[in-house]
Amino acid sequence: MDPACPQPPAWTASAREALHGARDTAPLLLGAAPFGLIFGALAAASPLGVGGALAMSALVFAGSAQFIALSLLSGGAAGWVVVLTTWVVNLRHLLYAASLQRGVARLPQRWRLLLAFWLTDETYATVYHRYQHDADGAALRHWYTAGSGAAMYANWLGWTAAGALLGQASPALTHLGLEFALVATFVGIVAPLLRQRISLAVALTAAVVALAARGLPYKLGLLAAALAGVAVGVWLDARSGGGR
Amino acid sequence: MSGWGEAAVIGGMAAVTFGIRYVLFALGGRLQFAPRVQQALRHVPVAVLTAIVVPMVLLPDGQHWNLSWRNPWLAGALGSAVLALASHRLLAAIAGGMAVYLLWRFGLRFT
Repeated sequence: MDPACPQPPAWTASAREALHGARDTAPLLLGAAPFGLIFGALAAASPLGVGGALAMSALVFAGSAQFIALSLLSGGAAGWVVVLTTWVVNLRHLLYAASLQRGVARLPQRWRLLLAFWLTDETYATVYHRYQHDADGAALRHWYTAGSGAAMYANWLGWTAAGALLGQASPALTHLGLEFALVATFVGIVAPLLRQRISLAVALTAAVVALAARGLPYKLGLLAAALAGVAVGVWLDARSGGGR
Repeated sequence: MSGWGEAAVIGGMAAVTFGIRYVLFALGGRLQFAPRVQQALRHVPVAVLTAIVVPMVLLPDGQHWNLSWRNPWLAGALGSAVLALASHRLLAAIAGGMAVYLLWRFGLRFT
């Protein structure tokens, strides 16, 4: 950069805040890497192929929904069921958006579009953590959020591509037990939540309905089980006076 | 699935995912959820993830029940659950569950 022509300070502060966001996301980048790699490898060996794997990571950008779509498609589910299931699986992002919406209300729509596209579990967790106790630098929080989102996006695309190339080069890789990684991950996420009595009831309901409804056409059993589980959760919440 | 069908599925997934992430940002604070709705949404991850995993673990071939301790899917899932509860570290739970699964399947040659 030409030292005679320095960048205006506002730009420097914005860039620093974006870098800060990316840096704070680093542990989560590392955590997402194996999933990107596994998703890429499994998707490349499936009918989706390398192009489908990359397109899904680039356009959908939602790890668990992508894994679920992959297993539904491999099981012969109808396209509309895959889209409907994606919708249910990603509904939790409404909560994140609700929590962040006050911070984006003053931004122009093009910023809101970008930050919404990059809104993932990881970026939400990072941004929420930073501004929960400390409003420091809140004027630039959209740059911080964008830095975190851009880092997650580049990371996810890069690992998907690496996995797709691996899966294409040696499809045998996907018979080494990678498909179990999905189960290990989901069990690891859910098990600690089951200490709460209502969550345990939600899980048991979803499990029983998923088993009973597994013969439904179009793989609709998953949706039926998810809705039944949430319904039981809402009912128990109401019975315990709305408390948890 | 044909190329067009595949493109439609990916396009549909992208549209619904972006729609969920954007709708509240677009409105910019003019819409607030009732506490009842927020609580309902909190149950979504547990319900969805359980509904995916349980049939995969108990009917690994998609047709027949396998409740034996020799079932690698069941053993791996239990290993993952125990590690998650004991360590509170997701990566430890994943690695441990994978290790149990691989040991059962390729080490002990259970199916």
